[in-house]
Amino acid sequence: MTELNSKYADSGYIQKLILRSLLFLLLGIFAVYYLMPLFIMVTTSLKSLEEIRTGSLIDLPREVTFAAWKTAWSGACTGIQCEGLRPFFWNSVLLAVPAVIISTLIGALNGYVIAQWRFKGANLIFSLMLFGCFIPFQVVLLPMARVLGIINLAGSISGLVFVHVIYGIGFTTLFFRNYYVSIPVELVKAAKIDGANFFRIFISIFLPLSLPIIVVTVIWQFTQIWNDFLFGVSFSEAGTQPVTVALNNIVNSTTGVKEYNVDMAAAIIAALPTLLVYVVAGKYFIRGLTAGSVKG
Amino acid sequence: MSEWLEKQLPKLVLAPSFVAILIFVYGFIGWTAWVSFTKSKLLPRYDIVGLIQYDRLFVSPRWDVAFSNLFIFGFLFIVISMLLGLLLAILLDQKIRTEGIIRTIYLYPMALSLIVTGTAWKWILNPGLGLEAMLRSWGWESFSFNWLVDPNMAIYTVVIAGVWQASGFVMALFLAGLRSVDDEIIKAAQVDGIPTWRIYLSIILPSMAAIFLSAFIVLAHLSIKSFDLVVALTGGGPGYATDLPATYMYTMAFSRGDIGQAASSAMIMMAVVFAIVVPYLYSELRARND
Repeated sequence: MTELNSKYADSGYIQKLILRSLLFLLLGIFAVYYLMPLFIMVTTSLKSLEEIRTGSLIDLPREVTFAAWKTAWSGACTGIQCEGLRPFFWNSVLLAVPAVIISTLIGALNGYVIAQWRFKGANLIFSLMLFGCFIPFQVVLLPMARVLGIINLAGSISGLVFVHVIYGIGFTTLFFRNYYVSIPVELVKAAKIDGANFFRIFISIFLPLSLPIIVVTVIWQFTQIWNDFLFGVSFSEAGTQPVTVALNNIVNSTTGVKEYNVDMAAAIIAALPTLLVYVVAGKYFIRGLTAGSVKG
Repeated sequence: MSEWLEKQLPKLVLAPSFVAILIFVYGFIGWTAWVSFTKSKLLPRYDIVGLIQYDRLFVSPRWDVAFSNLFIFGFLFIVISMLLGLLLAILLDQKIRTEGIIRTIYLYPMALSLIVTGTAWKWILNPGLGLEAMLRSWGWESFSFNWLVDPNMAIYTVVIAGVWQASGFVMALFLAGLRSVDDEIIKAAQVDGIPTWRIYLSIILPSMAAIFLSAFIVLAHLSIKSFDLVVALTGGGPGYATDLPATYMYTMAFSRGDIGQAASSAMIMMAVVFAIVVPYLYSELRARND
């Protein structure tokens, strides 16, 4: 055995070195591929229009200017309105915060019931909810638009909160159910014998155990709702649009000169909250993604 | 009385969600299905007349483009994302010390809104000022890359942006799968002198069939629902060259005021999704109950 090792050691070492270098070269090329659009967005947003026209795509800005950021935040036209992204950014905050909190709470209670208080039919209800996660939302757009009109929520932020809560329940329930299902049912039995009731057990035993899954769910829901465009564009009106819709309007606005630097600054502003969440809590973000796709 | 209440409490807690799902998912699907069999135009009508909307859909050249785009886009998006994701996962699986950072870089596009992705790529692929102008300024005068405004090629720009966004996610899925393969088997194979590529091809990849399936389901699902990306990148254009069923449905519902067409196209989307997802969910749920 030792003889064999020394015989191959030298050529093996060089071969390994070459392979490792090749590996890192490839990994580096792909890193550039993924980072390039972000790099181009940032540099473009810091250039003047003049520089954009005369320079090339990946040049660093010769003169850094934040004028485009200012315009994107408070002056760009989203239609007839020219107040920039700011009011719409706050619309998205006002929309995402309650929708995330409510749907997470409902999901936690649902998951608790389905995983720990099993009754006949609970699994069927869970399956029906799961299917609900997969429908193309186009199939509910028309009736939802009518129902929002009937209950007087058409074109309002509350209406959008309502829609996001309804279609978020499936996923939040799934997350909590899969988390709680691994907690032994004996825990609930013991607590019941000690006289604790349904809500008491939930609040004193389950909630304190739930921090990781709450983080995963909140991040998942926040990313989904902040990045949503379909519901936003279908159910909002001029003053209540979320940031994604306003961004699209700025980019596709046909009035005046095309300001690419403003478009890029606006795109970065719209992306910042979810990017920040990703950088700070990437681990939980990935866990949500994989939990959302690999069921069970 | 309170004891009865206590016993029913779990059901009462679940009931509102159950009712909401019944109405807002299944009831709404029913409503859309019903309306797709009527002559609804600007306002919905409820007298069923048969398959007239589907007849109109299938002879519409615009729907024809949208529906074939779904398969062009879906096929390329899924295949390229899977291959790229798998390649990246295998590359990252070679005990790299900086794996955490590299993974973060590969996956961050998944945190972005598709509107942001579309906006960025629209700028990069801009024929006058983007990639094309850059390569020309480097001395490659004849370089031409105008897919974004070429009706025959524009759909491929949607693939480019889509793959950029989703391939890192596939990598994360596959990487988790690679890590879950039993180390003992791999070590045994290495001791037997089987080359690494054969170990991957014959041992590791076949054991990841379930991961391939879920990656496929997620990507297929993403491609059928793709709406934001097309709106931001091409707006469905040039003309309607990059229309997808999702944008077709939206145009009919909110710009053309043709509810019948909107409903029938939504039902077709639903059918495509179900054809893919139902067998998957069925087997998943059955496997769990066994």
